[in-house]
Amino acid sequence: MTNEQEFIITLNKVNKWYGQFHVLKDINLNVKVGERIVICGPSGSGKSTMIRCINHLEEHQEGEIVVDGVVLNNDLKNIGQIRKEVGMVFQHFNLFPHLTVLQNCTLAPIWVRKMPQKEAEAIAMKYLERVKIPDQAHKYPGQLSGGQQQRVAIARSLCMNPRVMLFDEPTSALDPEMIKEVLDVMVELAQEGMTMLCVTHEMGFAKKVADRVIFMDAGQIIEQNEPEAFFNNPQSDRTKLFLSQVLGH
Amino acid sequence: MDKFTPIESRPAPLVEVGVIGWMRKNLFSSIPNTLVTLFTAYMLWIVLVPFINWAFITSDWFGDSRQDCTSGGACWVFVTVRWNLFMYGFYPEDSYWRPNLAFILLIAILVWLSVPNLPYKKWVGIAAVTIYPVVAFVLLYGGFGLDIVPTHRWGGLMLTLVLALVGIVVAIPIGILLALGRRSEMPVIKMVCVIFIEFWRGVPLITILFMASVMLPLFFAGGTDADKLMRALIGIVMFQSAYMAEVVRGGLQALSKGQFEGADALGLSYWQKMNLVVLPQALKIMIPGIVNTLISLFKDTSLIVIIGILDILGMVRQALSDPAWLGYPAEGYLFAAFMFWIFCFSMSRYSIYLEDRLNTGHRN
Amino acid sequence: MKLDNRNGLTRLIYNPTVRSLFFQAVVLAGLLWFLLTIISNVMTNLDTRGISTGFGFLSQPAGFGISQTLIEYNETFTFGRTFFVGLLNTLLVSALGIVSATVLGVFVGVSRISPNWLLRKISMVYIEVLRNIPLLLQIFFWYYVVLQTLPRPRDSLTFGETVFINIRGVFMPKPMAESGFVVYMTLIVAAIIGVFVLGRWAKRRMINTGQQFPVFWASVGILVATLVIGFFITGRPIAFDYPELRGLNFRGGMSLIPELIALWFALTIYTSTYIGEIVRSGIQSVAHGQTEACRALGLNEKQRMNLVILPQAMRVMIPPMTSQYLNLTKNSSLATAIGYPDLVSVFAGTTLNQTGQAIEIITMTMLVYLTISLLVSAFMNWFNKRVALVER
Repeated sequence: MTNEQEFIITLNKVNKWYGQFHVLKDINLNVKVGERIVICGPSGSGKSTMIRCINHLEEHQEGEIVVDGVVLNNDLKNIGQIRKEVGMVFQHFNLFPHLTVLQNCTLAPIWVRKMPQKEAEAIAMKYLERVKIPDQAHKYPGQLSGGQQQRVAIARSLCMNPRVMLFDEPTSALDPEMIKEVLDVMVELAQEGMTMLCVTHEMGFAKKVADRVIFMDAGQIIEQNEPEAFFNNPQSDRTKLFLSQVLGH
Repeated sequence: MDKFTPIESRPAPLVEVGVIGWMRKNLFSSIPNTLVTLFTAYMLWIVLVPFINWAFITSDWFGDSRQDCTSGGACWVFVTVRWNLFMYGFYPEDSYWRPNLAFILLIAILVWLSVPNLPYKKWVGIAAVTIYPVVAFVLLYGGFGLDIVPTHRWGGLMLTLVLALVGIVVAIPIGILLALGRRSEMPVIKMVCVIFIEFWRGVPLITILFMASVMLPLFFAGGTDADKLMRALIGIVMFQSAYMAEVVRGGLQALSKGQFEGADALGLSYWQKMNLVVLPQALKIMIPGIVNTLISLFKDTSLIVIIGILDILGMVRQALSDPAWLGYPAEGYLFAAFMFWIFCFSMSRYSIYLEDRLNTGHRN
Repeated sequence: MKLDNRNGLTRLIYNPTVRSLFFQAVVLAGLLWFLLTIISNVMTNLDTRGISTGFGFLSQPAGFGISQTLIEYNETFTFGRTFFVGLLNTLLVSALGIVSATVLGVFVGVSRISPNWLLRKISMVYIEVLRNIPLLLQIFFWYYVVLQTLPRPRDSLTFGETVFINIRGVFMPKPMAESGFVVYMTLIVAAIIGVFVLGRWAKRRMINTGQQFPVFWASVGILVATLVIGFFITGRPIAFDYPELRGLNFRGGMSLIPELIALWFALTIYTSTYIGEIVRSGIQSVAHGQTEACRALGLNEKQRMNLVILPQAMRVMIPPMTSQYLNLTKNSSLATAIGYPDLVSVFAGTTLNQTGQAIEIITMTMLVYLTISLLVSAFMNWFNKRVALVER
């Protein structure tokens, strides 16, 4: 922990409640530029809530979140600033069903980045090629398979040229045969050096690309380590239990 | 690496929960929001305070004539003096027990049907649409030793209820037939049903009532003047069955195709398929829709004032034109509005309750 | 072979096509018999009452006045003319009602999902109270209770001595064209076209270069400037005829009769409760994930509404909305209860009473409403096909 500038995301003693339910307890987390982090844990442990706090889809009540030097508070300008730099991929894709795949990708660049349409379309086509579905550009999301939709969602986020990508269980809603096509895209992205925070149960993905695996339970970060050490030599009993359940079958 | 120590849950900070947290979130979350809160609260204050003052605090409730209204506010004496008239119209006073009994029977049946887990629901339901209408008709009209009360003496809330209930009960079977006809594969049947449904749905009820009162007498042989109420009821039933047909059609469409195919695969005939498999399920889905059409019909019955039949609104209007009681239109109309509202609102709550119950039923 | 044991007749009875044809023929015959009976009954009944059939009455003079007419009319015009006067009045109150009910309904519906608790609750009470009271009763309430509290013409409420409100209605100055009017109107039309062109240009520029242009304020500026400057340049082409109190009532100017006001208000408020619910459920029907995706992409609240939520909500809202407009038009026939001269009141009411041509008049009236309904549902079918979301 040397230079503060090195961290692109800093969470400092973050606490959050839903009503009286204490979901996030004193979360401390520093993410370096280019770091790839996988977050796992049982459902209800607060892992999704934590990454959703980072782009203020959820509001935290105590503590400090700093993204790329901007403090996340109730200031709409700061929130907008952060959301421009942070891309997010959802479990249920959340594509806009009334727009074509290409329009889905160009919407934010045109309206948020004020990019000319031609340029936005060129960029969108570039990313659609990277997720390997340029031929679907003029179809509507309803006409695509789940795996294709999720790849469009990834391309849509990338079009904003974000510095960080958040993935909120991106493969949980997919049929098994489609998981691989999405994971392949994510692996490629990781290998290109994108900073990623990824909530997922795909332990294979974690072993392959993660720099660090974080295990959460009951609103706390219980254990974090490099994947090798995390999987082969877990420290806490809860981690062991969880790993035996996830990897056991 | 940090050693892990579990943290106990702490209560949320006070600004988040409790009264203050609630108010901050719901009333004063931003400056525009605060302005809206203050403005609406002020508007509410300047409307509600004088109204409550007029309707309750400085109002008179009991007495015999307008001289008893001395407090300066609402003169509810106007209503209480005519209570019986508003409820029963010109029904003979010594026979009030007859509509009362019919009404109590109805309530008993409805309670039986709506409370979950009571036995014999099916039989009570069948009795409600077969035996009860006969019993209620005899009670209201007479016969079997009871004095005949001609329909022109019926009126008030009683008549409103009669119109709405007869309309709905007769419209349900016709509506089911029309809906089945509309889905039929026989072109003639389908066309007849579509024309029938779209015609009655396309014209306003008031023109149908005009038609019933001026055109219908011409349709009968020998120009018999059928009972005026009867004619209005024919019009209402035609109108209502067209709307009911659309509710039934919605219910049938909501049923999965597998149910139809399953019944066909078992070798059931068309009517067996409908009676044993399709309609029992579809009817369940349709109940909220039926209640909603009942609500519309209940409100629409007020239109018969225009052709000179005195339901509760008609009785109120007649009372308002009484020279001894001029000048209380606000009391009269508010009372009528309240009566309609009570019935419609409780029915709409019931239909929402049913919908919720049905929804959970589907999920499980 | 067991199947061949059947003789020809049994085979026919069990043939579904034959069965269906037979059944349809029976229904058709029954229907024809029913219609013929009615027609013959009607003929004999009309004969005994000495009523002649036909549409000849439409060209006879009406002989009664109408309190509000959009086209030229007096007692000497024909019954045919009363039909059009009534029809236009129906269309007028329906058009007014549709516009105001939409505005109010959207407001109520948006309030229903506002973050403000008080506003949410008030709009809920508004909807729950007013949609559960019969429209006819509300019309009576406005006409006999609220409007009766207005002052007599002598003590009218007034705004700057130009608009007068009293128990006889609302009286306003009537604009009248003078010389230069055509030039002025041409200028205004040109300005409106200019605004459209500007809008398209600004959108194209935004798409091509990403630069934005304050279209809204520029448009307002252009329109206001044309209205004001053009008015003086063309030499004040519009004069106003002001209403004046003469004797017991106002003369001159334009007026809204109280029947129209009561009917309009009641239709607006009653229909707005339904539109409010349509708007609320339309917006809520758009999945919450859409909102989250917009936020995550950095779109602001206005962009989220305009680009993502409303386009999706509209598809859900427009069909029920149209059927509410249709209901409003049909409900405007309640005008007859307070004497607003709409189609039902003037034609199916007064004209019918004077001529006794019940069958012709009721049929014509019903056909008008039927035509409107069918046109609207034809439009709806076309619209639904056009906007349906493309699914696999």
